[in-house]
Amino acid sequence: MATVGRHPVLEMRGVSKRFGAVQALTNVDFEVFANEVVGLVGDNGAGKSTLIKCIAGIHPIDEGEIYFEGQRVSIHNPKDALNLGISTVYQDLALCDNLDVVGNLYLGREEYATVIPGALKIVNETKMEKRAIEVLRGLSVSIPSVRTLIASLSGGQRQSVAVARSVMWKPKLVILDEPTAALGVAQTLQVLELIKRLREQGLAVIVISHNLEDVFAVVDRIKVLRLGRNGGTFDVRNVTREQVVSAITGAETGYEEKEVAGAIARAEGDT
Amino acid sequence: MSTMVNDPRLVSDDSTGTFFQRLRRRMSYADIGQLPVLIGLVLIWVIFQVANDKFLSPVNLTNLILQSVAMGIASVGVTLVLLLGEIDLSVGAVSGVAASVMAVENVKNGVSGPVAILMALAAGLLIGLLHGFWITKLRVPAFVVTLAGLLSWQGVQLQVLGTTGTVNLRDQSITGLTTTFFSDIWGWLIAIVFVVLYAAGSFWERQQRLTAGLSVVSVNALLGRIVAVAAGVLIATAVFSADRGLPLAVVIFVSIIVIMNTITRRTRFGRYIYAVGGNQEAARRASINVDGIRIAVFALCSLIAAMAGVMAGARLLAVNQSSGASDFLLNTIAAAVIGGTSLFGGRGTVWGALLGALVIGSISNGMDLLGLPSPVKFMITGGVLLAAVTLDAIVRRRQVATGK
Repeated sequence: MATVGRHPVLEMRGVSKRFGAVQALTNVDFEVFANEVVGLVGDNGAGKSTLIKCIAGIHPIDEGEIYFEGQRVSIHNPKDALNLGISTVYQDLALCDNLDVVGNLYLGREEYATVIPGALKIVNETKMEKRAIEVLRGLSVSIPSVRTLIASLSGGQRQSVAVARSVMWKPKLVILDEPTAALGVAQTLQVLELIKRLREQGLAVIVISHNLEDVFAVVDRIKVLRLGRNGGTFDVRNVTREQVVSAITGAETGYEEKEVAGAIARAEGDT
Repeated sequence: MSTMVNDPRLVSDDSTGTFFQRLRRRMSYADIGQLPVLIGLVLIWVIFQVANDKFLSPVNLTNLILQSVAMGIASVGVTLVLLLGEIDLSVGAVSGVAASVMAVENVKNGVSGPVAILMALAAGLLIGLLHGFWITKLRVPAFVVTLAGLLSWQGVQLQVLGTTGTVNLRDQSITGLTTTFFSDIWGWLIAIVFVVLYAAGSFWERQQRLTAGLSVVSVNALLGRIVAVAAGVLIATAVFSADRGLPLAVVIFVSIIVIMNTITRRTRFGRYIYAVGGNQEAARRASINVDGIRIAVFALCSLIAAMAGVMAGARLLAVNQSSGASDFLLNTIAAAVIGGTSLFGGRGTVWGALLGALVIGSISNGMDLLGLPSPVKFMITGGVLLAAVTLDAIVRRRQVATGK
């Protein structure tokens, strides 16, 4: 890949995470580069959600190392992740139905203008609306108006707004948790296009998905987790669906070890 | 017209299409605003005017509004709490306690009127902070905390009033709140300044958007809105002038609404009230201090209830054991809900409280004028409330349906 010789945006080595008696992640390696979409796949309970929650700072890791742009970092809480430039769109989207698109894009980080110094600061709607339109346009998101309430948007449009919000503050890495899970065919296409545009903008993107169809349509690399361990890393151009399914379910292919070895060799070449 | 329309990737906004297409689209977004309650208010006025031709006389309209001011002010606070998706059942009792504090301090302890009023407001604020703390930090549902408040603050009110029971107010600085009327010149001046500020603000905002290259409403639409507001304000002023003049109480009520409207619609704090009411978890993840917002809103609600108590005392020229009791609480909640504020949180405006208070006040006044007995009054008020909430539920269902 063209990524050899650069630092990954995010690199995780030997990450383990335990919840009481449950070993959720064991010695997991993971990396994602700029201009790259990585699909994180695996069966239920494979550790996908745990892994992204570790990245997003919701669960601090027990063992292992995390590098962000080549620097060793520790992520203890969501704020650490945000400060590094990691932005996460969870499956529930976390949008306020009763606010309009602009209000949601800026929620918690409103621009304001001072009317009476020290006494009255009002939300600067024009500044926010202008930037909101720019961001949505940059992602080619199509909605009736930026003043539409979220309640009257379709599922795909809501997902698009949530994704747009994640890139408002110029992150380096965007994590999308099941972005197409609740969507119809047309809306899924819309969101997949959006993911490609994030890559075009130079971001590193991690997509969690159950739907291999979607994964193959949009990602560059596939990372398989199986029972909380590395299940293989595949370049999407030279792998078949069957091979990925085998890696997910643990069926014998002989492919798995080879690819892991290749990934390790690449990682060593980087350092 | 707008940059968005020219961009094929963003579909044009609501400003296109025929009038009916726009209306239907707005209906489907559940953005019908205050239209139903305005129509309802006009309907109520027409019915009462037909039944009794004194109803729309300047004297009666002025009385109607003076009767509704205290309840209307309290319903502004209730609106804020409803926006959070919470409830405050203690506004009546809190208004009673605050009024009692004012009356006893002023009449029995000889504290000056303005200071007694400030003490009443401070009492309200403290009570609200206590409610907010209990609800957020101890995680007791607001319904229970304020229900307990309803009972215990009523007890405090009786305790504060002592054996006398009724305290008559004579201090001009207190009674003047509801007995002061501006002379015609001042009344018109205040009305005209209000309209000019509104018009200037609207055009300034439009100019800001134009400069930023954003879509704007047409000048005609803007002028239409300004003319409508101006007509309403000027007609009201003419009505007041034909009687005793513009009442100070109305100026206070409208000022509270303008201030609270600015806070809720224009500031971060207000935006966060809507956010918490809309999706508390989303607000939390957006690093909004959800507990802080909730405590502040309950404190504000009780503070406003205390203001209402002061106004009610000034209107009655006395504070007694039933101040803030009876149907006061239920009327404030009804006014907020009739004004379009959703009980489920996140939807509603402070201006709605004014309209809701006018509806409740008009029904009450009109039926008094017709000499209808209490049972009928209660039943009709209840029916109007039910109709308003039913409308809210239907609108909400449409919203869900169009939102997919």
